[in-house]
Parts: sequence; C-alpha cells; structure tokens
Amino acid sequence: MAKKVAWLKVGGEHIVQDLQEAGEKLGRAGTEIILDFSSVRRIDPAALRGLEKLAVIAEEKAVRIELQGVNVTVYKVLKLARLASRFSFANREAQSQANKEESCHAESSTR
Amino acid sequence: MVTSEAMLERVEIPPVTKSLSEERVAYLEGLVTQARSAAAVFTQFSQEDVDRIVKPMVLAGLAKAQYLARLAVDETRLGVLEDKALKNMVATEFVYNYVKDKRTVGAIREFPERGLVEMAEPIGIIFSLTPITNPTSTVLFKCIMAIKTRNAVIFSPHPSAWHCCHEAVQIMYETAIKHGAPEGVFTCLESHTLEDNAYLMRHKDVGLIDATGGPGVVKAAYSSGKPALGVGAGNTPVYLEKTADLNMAVVDIITSKTFDNGTICASEQTVVIDDEIYDLVLKKFADLGAHICNEKETEILERTVIDSDTGFLVPIAVGQKATDIARMVGLSVKPDTKLLIAPIKGVGRAYPLSAEKLCPVLAVYRAKSVDEALKVCIDVNHAGGLGHTAVVFSRNDEVIRKFGEVMNAGRIIVNSPGSIGAFGGVYNDMVPTFSFGCGTGGGNSTMDNVNVYHYLNIKRVARRTQAHMWFRVPNQIYFNLNAVENLRDLESRSTIIITNPALEQMGHVDVVRRHLPAQTSIHVSVIPDAEPEVKVVMQGVEALNLYKVDQIIALGGGSVIDAAKIMKLKYESPEADLEELAAPFMDIRKRVVKYPTQKINRARLVAISTTSGTGSEVTPFAVMTDKEQGRKVTLVDYSLSPDVAIVDPQFVMSMPRGLTADTGIDCLTHALEAGVSIYASPYTDSSAMQAIRLVFKYLPVAFEHPGDEEARSMMHNAACIAAIAFSNAAVGVNHALAHAFGARFGISHGRANALMLPHVIAFNASVPTKFMPSPNQRGYVAHKKYAMIADLLGLGGSTVEEKVKKLIVATEQLLDQLKIPRSIADLGISKEEFERAMPDLARIAFDDPSWRSNPRMPLVSELVELFWEAYRGRGRAKVASASHQQTA
Repeated sequence: MAKKVAWLKVGGEHIVQDLQEAGEKLGRAGTEIILDFSSVRRIDPAALRGLEKLAVIAEEKAVRIELQGVNVTVYKVLKLARLASRFSFANREAQSQANKEESCHAESSTR
Repeated sequence: MVTSEAMLERVEIPPVTKSLSEERVAYLEGLVTQARSAAAVFTQFSQEDVDRIVKPMVLAGLAKAQYLARLAVDETRLGVLEDKALKNMVATEFVYNYVKDKRTVGAIREFPERGLVEMAEPIGIIFSLTPITNPTSTVLFKCIMAIKTRNAVIFSPHPSAWHCCHEAVQIMYETAIKHGAPEGVFTCLESHTLEDNAYLMRHKDVGLIDATGGPGVVKAAYSSGKPALGVGAGNTPVYLEKTADLNMAVVDIITSKTFDNGTICASEQTVVIDDEIYDLVLKKFADLGAHICNEKETEILERTVIDSDTGFLVPIAVGQKATDIARMVGLSVKPDTKLLIAPIKGVGRAYPLSAEKLCPVLAVYRAKSVDEALKVCIDVNHAGGLGHTAVVFSRNDEVIRKFGEVMNAGRIIVNSPGSIGAFGGVYNDMVPTFSFGCGTGGGNSTMDNVNVYHYLNIKRVARRTQAHMWFRVPNQIYFNLNAVENLRDLESRSTIIITNPALEQMGHVDVVRRHLPAQTSIHVSVIPDAEPEVKVVMQGVEALNLYKVDQIIALGGGSVIDAAKIMKLKYESPEADLEELAAPFMDIRKRVVKYPTQKINRARLVAISTTSGTGSEVTPFAVMTDKEQGRKVTLVDYSLSPDVAIVDPQFVMSMPRGLTADTGIDCLTHALEAGVSIYASPYTDSSAMQAIRLVFKYLPVAFEHPGDEEARSMMHNAACIAAIAFSNAAVGVNHALAHAFGARFGISHGRANALMLPHVIAFNASVPTKFMPSPNQRGYVAHKKYAMIADLLGLGGSTVEEKVKKLIVATEQLLDQLKIPRSIADLGISKEEFERAMPDLARIAFDDPSWRSNPRMPLVSELVELFWEAYRGRGRAKVASASHQQTA
C-alpha cells in the first residue's frame, strides 16, 4: 500500500524550528515522517521538548516517525529522556537507501 | 546529619505516600521531567564543558557567601553569621580546589599496567534533602558536585531554611545556565510536604537520594528502596591526653565547639581529660572565656537543655550562643562567655549531657588512666556517634594509634578542631565535604567524606590481560652416557643415597658411590620399590638427621625420587604440614598454601632416574601414600624440584621391554598433553615437540633392541624433556582418566595412559562441548597443535582434520608396535565389571586436578564416554569435525 512519506533534514543549529516544521507536516493527515538527524551532534532540553511534542502528535494521529542518522550520543540522550521508544530508528543502510530514494527536503513521495 | 536536628525537623517521612492531588502529582512530575531532560542532555558534555561551568559557579558562591550567610541566620535563627559565611566559602573554594583537576567525565582513571580504565557514568536525577544547620553551604556544595558529575538535582530544603536554600539554588542555577548547563539542571521544591518528599524518594526516575538532615530523613531515604547517601548522627568524643599541646588543644576545642554556635555535627561533645592535666585544662578553658559549671549548674543544664523524654538537645538551644543558653536556663555567666563546660561522671541516659549538644555546651570527664579515657570515648562514640567523628589531642603516637583503632568514626581528627577538621582541606588533607558518611555504624552506605565520586557510577573497562607465565627447570641437568661422572664436582661432607632393593642388587648404587668425591661420607637408605608411604618417608628423614646429610641422591624411578623430594622437604623444614601442603589449588601462583621458606637444614637433592618415563628428576611433583588415612598425598611446588638431574642412560639399559613400553608411552602422554595444555607456551612447546619427535623415532627401537645405546639415551632424554614441558604446562584429561582407571584396576600408569591416548587426542581435537577458560590462549587451538605435531612427525595430510587423523593412526601404530593391549577389554576386564566401576571411575576422574589444564573441559558424561571408548579400544578414536573450526 502506498504511503505518504515526508523527509526532513534536522539542522544542527535549528533543531527546535525544524521539529516544529515537522509537527506541522505531521498535522497534515496521512503523512509519515522521516527526520534526518545526521547533522545533529548534540541535543538540548528545548529539542527534547520538541521531540516530546512531536511524539504526542504522532501518537494522536497514529503516525510513525522515523529518526535517521542519530549519533550514539544523541541516541543515549533520547534513551535517558525516555523518548527513544516513541520513535523508530533507521539503520545506516536504510538511511542511505532513503537518502537515495527521497529527494532532499522533498515534501512527499511514494513508497 | 545530626541527632538534635531531628528535634528541629519535620517528623519522619511517611513510609507510604498519602494521596496527592492530581495537580500536585503533575507539579512533581513536571520537576522530574525537567530534571530528566537536563540529566539526559548533560550526558553529552565533555570534561571541559563541565569545568567551564563549575568555576563561575564557585566564584558566584564566593561572591554571595556573606549574603547567603545573612539569609540563613535571619531565616533559621541558628548559628553565627561570620561562621556561616566561612562555611559558604569552604563549600565553594575548598571544594573547588579539590574537584578542579579531578576527571569526572569519560575515562576518569587509567591503570594501563592492569588493563583497566575507570569511566564515569552520571547518576541522572539526584533528589537532595538539605538541613537547617548548614543550609546554604550544603546547597552550594551539592550544586558544584552535581555539575562536576553531570547530574541534575531536585532540592528539598528544610522548611525552616527554604528561602535561603532556594536563593542559593537560584544563584548556582543562573550561573550554571549562563555558562552552558542544561535547563532544568537544578530545581527546588516549593512549599513542599512530607508527601512530596516521599513521592520523589520513590520516583522511578530518581537515581539517588542524597539526604543530609536528621535521622528521620536519613532513615526515610534508606527505606525508600532507592540508592541513598544518608549520612548519620554524631556525638564526637575527644581525648585530651596528658602529652598534648594543651594551649593548642584548648583553643582548637573552643574554636570548633563555638563555630557556628556548635551546629556542625562533627563538633566536640565530650572531652575526656587525663587526671594529671584536668585542672590545668579547665583553668585554660576558663581563661579563654569558658564558663566551668559547678555541680548545681551542671544539674540545671542537664534538666533544661536535654529533653528527658528523648535524650536529645531541646530544639530551642540548637545553634544558640552560650550566653543566651545560660540566660534561658537561669545560669549566671560573664557576658563574654563563649562556652559552657559541664563536668560529667559517666556516659549514657543517666548522664544527659553526654549526648550530642549542637550548641556551645561541652561535657568534660576526668579520666584516671589512658584505658579509662579510651573506654569513656568508646562509650560516647557508641552513644549516638558511631561512624561519625572522634578527636584526639596527644603527642604520643601509640595513644593516637590506639585511639584510631578503637574509635568507630569516619573522621578521626588528630590535634585539630573536630568540626572544621572534619570538613577536610582546612586542618588536614581529607576530602572537603558538607556530608559526613558514617558507615554501617551510622546506618550509612559510606563512611567517606561525601564527594564527587559518590555522585558517579564508576564503570570499569577491563581489557584482557595476559597472565605472566613461567618456565622453570632444575639448575643443573647432566645427560648422555656416564653423565653420573658429574657427581665428582658436587662437594659433600655427608651424602645419603636413597634407592630400592633391585637397583642396589643391580650394582647401580656402587656406580654412584664410585663417582662421589673421596672425602664424602656415604650412606645408603634402601626403601621399598613402591609409591612411598608416609612411614617410609619419615624413616628416611630420621636417617637424614642422623647423618646430618648435606646431599641426597635419589637413585631410582619416580617412586624413589618422589620419596627423596618429600624427605628433603621434611628434613629442611620439619614443621611442614604435608596434609596442608597437599591442599588443592587452581593456579600455582595464587594457591592458598605456601611452602616453607624457613629451613633449619640444607641439602642438595640429586636425582638420577632409572626409568625413561616419569621425568621425576626434573618435576616439582611428589606423590606418596598415606596408608593410615587410606589416600594419596600429592605435593606440587617448584621447591620440590631436584637441584641436580642426572640423565644417564647406563641406568636404563637393562629396563625390561614391558617397562620400556609403558614408561615410554607415559613420556609421550606427558609431551602430548603439555603440548595442547591451556598453559602451553612457546617455551614448553619447544620441549614437548622435541620429546614427541624423539619418542616416535626411538621408542620402537629401544623396545625392539634394548641394548641400543642411542635409542636408550634418546628415550631417556625424551622423558626428561617431556617432564620439563609438563612441569611448566601441566598434563590433561588423559592423566585424569589413567589415574582413576589405573588405581581401580591395578594397571601401571604408562599402560593406563596408553589405553586412553588415541581417544583423548580425538576428544581434544573435536569442537568442545564446553570450552576451558584459558586467558593465555586466543581461541581453541588444540586441533591445530595436533596437526602441527603431525607435520613435525612428517605424517602428511593436507587439512587439520587429516593431520589429526594421521596422528591418531600413528599413535595407534606405535602402541601396536609396543604390543600394548589396545582396549580395556583386552586386559580381561568384563563389561559388567567395568560398568559397575564406572560411577566411581567417572567421579574420581572428575575430581582429579589433571584435567584442569586440558584444552577441552570434560563433562562427566564425556569422561564416561571416553572410558567406554577406551574399553572398546582400537578403531574407535574418531575426530568430530576438528578441522572445521575457524579458531585462531
């Protein structure tokens, strides 16, 4: 079954804004979202709050959010903040594949 | 923190949380969520990141030291402004001085020589309860520790010190945030209740409770089921001993006891003074502003400042000035009185002032002796101060040592003030702290001055280490025909030759005798040709003592040489307890029992072997039989190894063919087992491989042509070389099986080994059911070692499996050549008899220490299977996919 997927690169310096944008995309029904964290080296409490909000929206809408390229340090932060279980994580191969398949910052595509 | 503080404090935290309103739960959950995020984010920070935050926090604390002290005094009405300011400065500057260079992030300590790295893992959320007595200083201290260790803290200050603590938290928080700390790293409960505390103490996300407060709080923390740092009550005894510098002692005690009006739980409570100096000391106290109470005044103090129901100081007196207390209770004192001193005659509830008094009231006791003084100090220590602090003033090192020995206190302060001394870093080199661990005596998990390391989980990254190995051989080995001539060079005043009747009859003793220096007094002791018994050994020792020998020559096979080894041991060290020395061990370097090094006699042991098998002339083993106890005693120690080994083939030229075969196969088994042992090393391999080569080449010749000097000589060398290998690498499961089987059915050791050998090679070359732990080896290599042996023997084969098979075939062919029975059944043992014996055989083989160095750990069921394979014999030895392993 075809699914609408949005792909969004989360910038290292504008994580909160990017996450807000992701939330808005998620607001549009039927969307699954992939967030590319590969340029995020560190994460702060505001970003955690952003992710928490995003997770709440996703749960309300029963939509899956996949985080790609999360480094080990940030992954541990998400684990400690009890957020990791609320997202799915793509492995490196899947991420490369997704990068090939999805055009950068594309609004949507079909899988 | 303090006993009397309990009287000032909230009552105990309720064990079960009362129902909190939804709003309250949401508030508390919000605090936890905030702290959890901060702690999670904090894990990303480097050492440099946290150090960049800590320093400005310390400076901010220093800048606000007086301001916070003022807030604390105004709010709590306890203590002294100047002293509280000083405490704030110690809590910042002194603590910083201690932590500034400490690594608290990532790898914090490295021990390259041990392959160990200690790494820091933050705790996460710390729920911290702070006291009324040291409110702001404790907050400053804990904030600095938390940032240094990347933890988030939720503070719950004492309700009567909330405002000053909240302000201290705010100052620390704002500074920390400004310099990069994660939002929410510190929070402070507002207008909290006991139920709030109980809720947070049990919260799943709180990693540690750091409870500095009264015993109720500490007990609640420990009862919460959470890891807790709950530090306990104090009641500091002081021993003022007659050799002390009295001027210094008196000033130190006044300084300490009046510091912050005595609110520090480490401050002096009862001073025990030697009789000889008692009056002088009290005069010095009085001269410096103390009021010495008379009996009536003491009685008034007992009734008024100590609550008769609880035995604790009344809350109203805590942290008050001496003059105010005097006024309260109706004592008339000078206006500049610093301290009220009350003489007491005992310790305990009958002597109320022997309790902790967090105010400038000090008890004194006159002691008639050091013993009495120490006993009274112990009583005070046990009257509410276990694990906390004790003080001694003395110039007598023995008194100080004894005091340290008998006091149960985390801080034993010598010749300095108790309260400021206990803080650490001011009067001594202890770790600066505002939390005194009191150990199990105080119901605490630590006795330390609580510091940054208590705010960390310390992980150990342990790399594989390579155990030190060894290769030990006798000092001198003489070999080849007529090597016995070397005896001429061994000077001796009195020599005894230990041998057996057959060898004496064969003239071997005469040969030895001829080669000893002329001036040597020679004695001969003939012992039975069997495994030595305790009685025989002890008779031998009597002979050694009688002749006062300085040289023992053991001429014989393994039994004679073993007997001589034990005789030498008992001769040199008569106290040696053979039973204890025979205690089992796993690693000779770590064994519990140590062989004696004290020797009353000295004798050189020269071993001349007359068989080519056991190699006892170079081994550190000796076996004897204790008939009375009905068991064997096996001794193992390198001190048992002979000093000189003579490997002269002239003594084996007349060995019968059967003995030649059996001992030769024993030698081969030694070499093969040493070769694949978990203790094998390149050093032992060189011996093992050479011995194997010599056996395969020369044993058939020596068997077929007993008079062949070269073959005899080479087999004699092979036995010695193989023994060198297994002396250092040990043997294996073949020996465990052979020991059990040989003993049960009276089969010679070499023959028993032969029956097991092909099956054991196949067993070890297969993929083990259970690997033997062996830090010395990387991967399973036994099959490759066998393949290497096959190559050495030129047996051919292109894969490891083929080579192992060829080695098994070659071994079987050798056994055939030697006409050794090829199955246990061939020995005439019925299947039924063998079946009946099997439970014992398996048990004894499993109990045998030999297999512990085998490359493959044998299951009991596998031992049974090996026995049955040996029973069935020829053609049963099969390698199960040996060469398919990919091990290194």
